[in-house]
Amino acid sequence: MPSSEDQKAERDDRFRANKLCQIEIAEASLRDLKKELEDFDSAVSASGPDETADHTDAFPLVPDAEAKTDSQSSEWPLSSTEYQRYGRQMIMPEIGLRGQLQLKKAKVLIVGVGGLGCPAAAYLAGAGVGTLGLMDGDTVEVSNLHRQVAHATGRVGMSKVDSAYEYLYALNPEVNYIRHSFHLSPEHAISVFEQYDIVLDCTDHPTSRYLISDTSVLTSKPLVSASALKTEGQLIVLNDPPKPPGDLFGGPCYRCIFPKPPPAESVLSCGEGGILGPVVGVMGVLQALEAIKVLTRRSEAQGRMTDAEPATAQPVKASLLIFSAFSSPQFRTIKMRSRRADCAACSAKRVVTADSLSSGSLDYIAFCGRTTPVDVLDAQSRLSAKDFAQLPRDDQRVLVDVRDEVQYSICALPGSINVPWTGNADSWLSKAQDKGVMEDDQKEKYIVCRFGNDSQLAAKAMQQQHKDFPGITKDIRNGFQAWRKDVDPSWPDY
Amino acid sequence: MADPIPLTVEFTGGLEMLFSDQRKHKISIPGQDEDGSASNVAYLIHWLCDNLMKDPRKEMFVLDDSVRPGVLVLINDSDWELEGEANYELQPNDNVVFVSTLHGG
Ligand SMILES: [Zn+2]
Repeated sequence: MPSSEDQKAERDDRFRANKLCQIEIAEASLRDLKKELEDFDSAVSASGPDETADHTDAFPLVPDAEAKTDSQSSEWPLSSTEYQRYGRQMIMPEIGLRGQLQLKKAKVLIVGVGGLGCPAAAYLAGAGVGTLGLMDGDTVEVSNLHRQVAHATGRVGMSKVDSAYEYLYALNPEVNYIRHSFHLSPEHAISVFEQYDIVLDCTDHPTSRYLISDTSVLTSKPLVSASALKTEGQLIVLNDPPKPPGDLFGGPCYRCIFPKPPPAESVLSCGEGGILGPVVGVMGVLQALEAIKVLTRRSEAQGRMTDAEPATAQPVKASLLIFSAFSSPQFRTIKMRSRRADCAACSAKRVVTADSLSSGSLDYIAFCGRTTPVDVLDAQSRLSAKDFAQLPRDDQRVLVDVRDEVQYSICALPGSINVPWTGNADSWLSKAQDKGVMEDDQKEKYIVCRFGNDSQLAAKAMQQQHKDFPGITKDIRNGFQAWRKDVDPSWPDY
Repeated sequence: MADPIPLTVEFTGGLEMLFSDQRKHKISIPGQDEDGSASNVAYLIHWLCDNLMKDPRKEMFVLDDSVRPGVLVLINDSDWELEGEANYELQPNDNVVFVSTLHGG
């Protein structure tokens, strides 16, 4: 248990981070205002007293040829470089000058600068959103680089936010980037979200997904949520339109779709399950696309976001996009529900409030459950990788590798037998039987896996099968992770 | 006796691992359950557990007589909540997809 001083120190740190971030945002808008005033002043001095009329309507006066060459930016709503930079998207009716100005005005927050956040940030920066907030508390690792395209080999070890900032600034220096180099926490979530117009959930765990959705509802921000694992991805736009809690005409939130979190043991991370780079890339790019669509929506479509609902209005249903790279069809769109009348976050009966969130009384980690590290064997049944390496390799002992076939084919110890853990003692034992592991009851059996969790479960199953020979089955503590660290540094670190 | 109902069921988002690593299955289920009622999605879920699922980890698919939290059931490309959930009576050639939600990113 953390002591109350620790908790206080943590609260103080969060408070400080929160204030620093608010200052940064305030300073950024101050810079914007000063720049606007400067631009305005130089426009006034360039065009003379009679031509300072408001040119922000759809038909700005055509400036004379001289003014055009001298200071183009003064007469037009965008600078000359902005017309060049964004011209290819502006000439489409879906965007136009109107949409480009909406993008320039927009403040977008990206939570999670990983496999989803990198491509999403790149396309939003490229498209010219005015302000782009980046939030992540992690640092860049080599194993991120196959998919997290804003990072670089030379920036391994740097904070993900700073690394992405370097990439994005080089891509488009016109954007105002705000760096939040910490993980989202309930205490400061609201004050950060309030500074933005729309939020992208690019995180990788149910706890953050519920927290981000709850905060989006409380701060009335549309939320573009995506996820990916292995060869599949999912995308959904939530809380759009972002009506206040209790208004059934608002778009559903994450809790409307998933009122109960999945069992913690069913949640796989990219590190455990694997992820194909372009798969998560596709999902991140689609998030940027959906954000651009929301931000540049025409006023007719926004009509439903005003308070006067047409009599025939229906509650807004969400739509879930499922991408499955190796299936046919690859893309599929599913009609989902509208707001849930008893939703814990967005209904009139809600229990999630600004107070319950910022006071920390909503425990997202407990709500989603934790997986505790496996610890099912007594100390005598566990052997360190170092000790195992000292044992003679002879036919008195057998090494059973319980990783799946794909991992086994990447690297394996000579003479080991591959019996992938099936998640169930009986079915695994029968597979072990088929592979001849059980032929000699008296042979010592050593079980190994990637991290040392499944190997314990398999060793336990084996011990119960061999009750007459106690101590004959052992697990290798921390698996091949320990093997690489303590025995063979050349062992592939996949 | 009601005629058997031919269906396509699909498993995705990792659930296919529980069904012999195969995403799409063409199946045919009895037209009525044990009580003589028309077969609905609740009955289909039981039937899949008993007949199609070889993996012993039933708890990765069902909990308290329905799909576990985090699994969406889609009937002909609509969330089953729009179709009457477990009480939806299956029609010949319906397409039922079971999707586990993903969290990686
Ligand atoms: Zn809701």
